[in-house]
Amino acid sequence: MTAPHDKPNDGGVPVPVTPAGASSGAPAEHPPSSPAGRGMFGNQGSGDVSGYGGLVRPRRSVESAARPFGGYFDEVHDALEEAYPGFADAIEKVVVDRGELTLHVRPERIAEVCQVMRDDLALRFELCSSVSGVDYLGADERRLHVVYQLTSMTYRRRVRLETAVPAENPHLPSVTAVYPTADWQEREAYDMFGIVFDGHPNLTRILMPDDWEGHPQRKDYPLGGVPVEYKGAEIPPPDRRRSYQ
Amino acid sequence: MTTSNYATERETTEGKVFTVTGGDWDTVVSGTDPINDERIVVNMGPQHPSTHGVLRLILELEGETVREARSVIGYLHTGIEKNLEYRNWVQGSTFVTRMDYLSPLFNETAYSLAVEKLLGISDDVTERATTIRVLMMELNRISSHLVWLATTGMELGAINMMLYGFREREYILEIFELVTGLRMNHAYVRPGGVAQDVPDDAIIKIREFLKLMPKRLKEYEDLLSGQPIWIERTKKVAVLDVTGCLALGVTGPVLRSAGLAWDLRKTMPYCGYETYEFDVPTHTDGDVWGRYLVRLAEIRESLKLVEQAVDRLAKPGPVMVADRKIAWPAQLAIGVDGMGNSLEHVAKIMGQSMESLIHHFKLVTEGFRVPPGQVYVGIESPRGELGVHAVSDGGTRPYRVHYREPSFINLQALPAMAEGGLIADVIAGGASLDPVMGGCDR
Repeated sequence: MTAPHDKPNDGGVPVPVTPAGASSGAPAEHPPSSPAGRGMFGNQGSGDVSGYGGLVRPRRSVESAARPFGGYFDEVHDALEEAYPGFADAIEKVVVDRGELTLHVRPERIAEVCQVMRDDLALRFELCSSVSGVDYLGADERRLHVVYQLTSMTYRRRVRLETAVPAENPHLPSVTAVYPTADWQEREAYDMFGIVFDGHPNLTRILMPDDWEGHPQRKDYPLGGVPVEYKGAEIPPPDRRRSYQ
Repeated sequence: MTTSNYATERETTEGKVFTVTGGDWDTVVSGTDPINDERIVVNMGPQHPSTHGVLRLILELEGETVREARSVIGYLHTGIEKNLEYRNWVQGSTFVTRMDYLSPLFNETAYSLAVEKLLGISDDVTERATTIRVLMMELNRISSHLVWLATTGMELGAINMMLYGFREREYILEIFELVTGLRMNHAYVRPGGVAQDVPDDAIIKIREFLKLMPKRLKEYEDLLSGQPIWIERTKKVAVLDVTGCLALGVTGPVLRSAGLAWDLRKTMPYCGYETYEFDVPTHTDGDVWGRYLVRLAEIRESLKLVEQAVDRLAKPGPVMVADRKIAWPAQLAIGVDGMGNSLEHVAKIMGQSMESLIHHFKLVTEGFRVPPGQVYVGIESPRGELGVHAVSDGGTRPYRVHYREPSFINLQALPAMAEGGLIADVIAGGASLDPVMGGCDR
């Protein structure tokens, strides 16, 4: 698989390009607090009537959970540790929150971990329920996270695997060889976040048009602000919309 | 053909005249078969009545046989997940209800369960609210399966099935209208409970429906189950076994028709489904016929669930969490133009209680804050596992909401079902997956 940033104009995988209007209206670029004298209401300096005030909140970093994790989480953790020799290297963090277990996995190890999770008799996560991306812009150096929700039908358990890659080098192995169902979901994550899954059989856009520029679900991609091809009309980004002030 | 063998020519006063005899028989007998040796690429959709919405299929055909099938989606992508990030948590339910438009109440319930889990109030949701959710979801499951039966019937040649299916669905939509004020896009199930209680008229109407529906189901079976054409078109068509289903992530009636009784209502219960009595119908053939039988049986099971839920509603109670920091402050009433704020309530807070007004204003304009974290909630929609992955950064708006849409996932199985079969079976196979493109493309 050719990396898009290696060969920008080689056809095939579209190049991640900043879309028109992407430099404005982004959460990260809005000032974090309101100017004095305006109280706590309203969004200043913007005619946005969508209700989007551009608030930016610092994210708390998630802390590793301490043993015992409770429930079946210890069993899953230990079974994976036993079955997978590279456990100490591959698992960065174990988080238990709201009754859900999250294993933070090093991105280059994700396919191996999935293979063990699926095949080991004590784990048996036969179904990969969901693969999706989350963009933690400004909160994490490796801002693009990929989240895998695995389901064990045998033991009726759920586990979440999470990996993080930087936006400059958004590469990680595809899990399609282990879970063929990840095919379209990885394509969606590529389409929406620009995450490149190496080894995917056909990593192309799936929901957006093939010639679309940019990755819409990234946090620095604005809502609106994209020219629409209808009688020359254009929808301005929220902060340039008609002002009612 | 200009060689003299086929078209002898002679000059006349009118000009040159060709006499054409025979055809291209030479090529036929020489062993080349223009039908079978040539692969034709056929584009089906995106506006084809049999593709269940704007789904495009590219089929490579060898005669009537499909050699390769690829689906193209995205025509109905409306960026709902992106839009959610710019609205507060309560407004989210008005967006997600529009994803899979045949099962809006499942979208809303899955979303509400996820938000409640993030808020840590899952146990505070009242029993009555949960019962109403179950009631509405099961009615919705019936209406969704009816649309499946109706459209699949139409696609395989039984137009009358379409009329009957939509007729009964209309009955359910009228119940929805009585309860939520709207036929579709309800935004009725909300984080913390439901928008308002079920009115007495609706209970009467639901009881009528429970009496009527078994007879109608019998009619459908009389119409289709013994029908030779229906059997020909569905049996041993678009087979997908359990292994194939699991590899491709296919859940719901398609997986159960292959023989695995995986139903999240039983295996990972939510909304108190473990306290209801119902069965999980399965079949072993894994073909369109099996999916038809499973869906019909599921309608019957849903009727049982609706009946039990209605019985439980005899006991009154609140339908929203008691926490005033989360519960929508308005009292809702159904007006002439659908559901909205109760005028009495508005008069009271405007006229008598300044505190209520401030509180109302803050909660409605800004919304409640949700502690940071992420959750995944999966429920059994009519099409399979409907999962919501919700992430909060501690603010009043979702940081990210992702829907694991069963239509999206299940549609991946179409090439596995179609390739090697006849082109006519692509329609039956695709229909048996029951894809709803609004949910698929979001």
